Amino acid sequence: MPLGPDNSEYAERRYGMDHDRYDWSMLHERRPIVWPDGAPVALWINVAVELFPLDDDGTPFKLPGSMRKPYPDVQTFTWRDYGNRVGIYRLMRAFDRFNVKPTWSVNGAIASVYPTLLRDIAARGDEIVAHGWDMASPHYGGLPETVEKTLISQTLDALGAISGTPIHGWLSPGKSQSASTPELLAQAGLEYVCDWPNDDMPYEFRTDHGPLVAMPHSDDMDDHRIIGDYKHDEDSFVEQVSDQFHWHAKEAQSLGGRVLSLNLHPWMIGQSHRISHLVRLLSFLSERCISLSAHEICEHWRAQQGN
Amino acid sequence: MKEQLGVYDWWPYRDRPKVVWPNGARLAFWVAPNIEYYELNPPPNPIRDAWPRPYPDVQAYGIRDYGNRAGHWRMMELMDKYGIRGSVSLNVALLDHHPEIIDACAARNWEFFSHGIYNTRFVYGMDEEQERQIIRESIEDIRDKAGQELSGWLSPGLTYSEHTFDLLAEMGLTYTCDLFHDDQVTPVKTRSGKLCSVPYSLEFNDSIAFQLHNLSPRRYVDMLRNGFDQLYAEGEQSGTVMCIPLHAYLVSQPFRLHVFEEIFDYITSHDDVWITTGREIAQYWRENYWEAAQRHIVEVRS
Repeated sequence: MPLGPDNSEYAERRYGMDHDRYDWSMLHERRPIVWPDGAPVALWINVAVELFPLDDDGTPFKLPGSMRKPYPDVQTFTWRDYGNRVGIYRLMRAFDRFNVKPTWSVNGAIASVYPTLLRDIAARGDEIVAHGWDMASPHYGGLPETVEKTLISQTLDALGAISGTPIHGWLSPGKSQSASTPELLAQAGLEYVCDWPNDDMPYEFRTDHGPLVAMPHSDDMDDHRIIGDYKHDEDSFVEQVSDQFHWHAKEAQSLGGRVLSLNLHPWMIGQSHRISHLVRLLSFLSERCISLSAHEICEHWRAQQGN
Repeated sequence: MKEQLGVYDWWPYRDRPKVVWPNGARLAFWVAPNIEYYELNPPPNPIRDAWPRPYPDVQAYGIRDYGNRAGHWRMMELMDKYGIRGSVSLNVALLDHHPEIIDACAARNWEFFSHGIYNTRFVYGMDEEQERQIIRESIEDIRDKAGQELSGWLSPGLTYSEHTFDLLAEMGLTYTCDLFHDDQVTPVKTRSGKLCSVPYSLEFNDSIAFQLHNLSPRRYVDMLRNGFDQLYAEGEQSGTVMCIPLHAYLVSQPFRLHVFEEIFDYITSHDDVWITTGREIAQYWRENYWEAAQRHIVEVRS
């Protein structure tokens, strides 16, 4: 049985993108961005504060880091939970030591299960990004829109009520979206989204309810990806992030300010034997970058678009 | 099915009541050799296969048997050299299969805690009475054949039911090694009894390090050294626990053990380290810190 005739039709074949979410644009041709104090690189540290439910049934797929053994997977559950009670406080102490201002991507369920943890984060005055409801609630093609709408509103309501902090940005669990996620996020009043790992700088992202800013949340500059998935050692993790900085700093000389986005998971880098590597990395980065929150980066970028 | 495990309260790692171990020590260090028996032909479990290949899985069975034939005595001599008593994570059927190993541990005044009957019999699918039975059998066998009262538990194959911790507490055990949420001893919430969690550590477990994280022997030692340095420094605020769980079939192969010795040398060269066993940690903590922990857990949430 050969393929049907539509397999030889190319309806979206044209100059630019095969969709209308954003314009085709090469990084090296953009208007240069200037960060405060002329810093070459803005450091955006994004800490994922996540809840992995014990009863995750994997519908329609399991997100990275979730339960992997039969129910009840006490092993994985408590391994992840370590981050939310021990590891995260090590991270806070490390950030404070180097005056680095992280952005916290928090699952909405944290507000109901660990409200004191969310209050501890909010009391720091750092930015909080909505990171979906929990790590067993992915947004995906096929998820009914009413369900997705509820996931978004209950996440924003829960985080807002406990933290008392305005929520500007969104990161979907596992960076997974449905085809209407961007519309629902814009409708909910969010300003930026971190899901599409396709750039090193912010850019404008279209929705039927007005534009969002797409933020360059890195896929690879991530402790779980490099240490957990790639199984590179911690020295190599520090080296790879430092190398990312060196390249950005070099490009910044001629092409404008760059963003170094770094994603951390307290259950990974917050382990006793890893935290000293983060301290070493922060010592290096804090001397060379300006530490900005995601929303500050977004605002600086927007202010320099000059439309 | 439960969304949250619910066997302990959230307790942030800040401002906790200060724990001081005996003689002013700041870190309790214990080593848990897993002394295991895997059956060549166990009855099938409906939820998890014991072996990746069909019977007989010669390779997987063989390497584990290597631990019992060649590995344990090497580790015992090394631990003797550094004055470390083991806390044995024991598949209790080994009491019958290999009493020579048990005698050698008992002669060294090592502790036995239970790791189930066989590492090829999982808790998956057991009803409450069946699970109670493996705990009861562990208590009786370790009392009858090794002359010790059972205090601790590590579920076989790290497999569980929803009532595992209730049953351990109900049967009078004092500590579990099954919770990986903390670097300090913490209370476990059970319907009766007084059970605490003594950190056993997945990260420091040779099986996780070599088989899941694919660490080389030297990186394993570096990782343990980093972990020790951090926990030792933090222990000044409030006493921490470091456990190294070991499997002779892995760490006691010569190419690994040759390098591994460095970590015993490093840790035992520090002052203010309490070299102890799981049972002694649980006992000391329950006697001195149980109430203070409970109070602070309530206080910190309000």
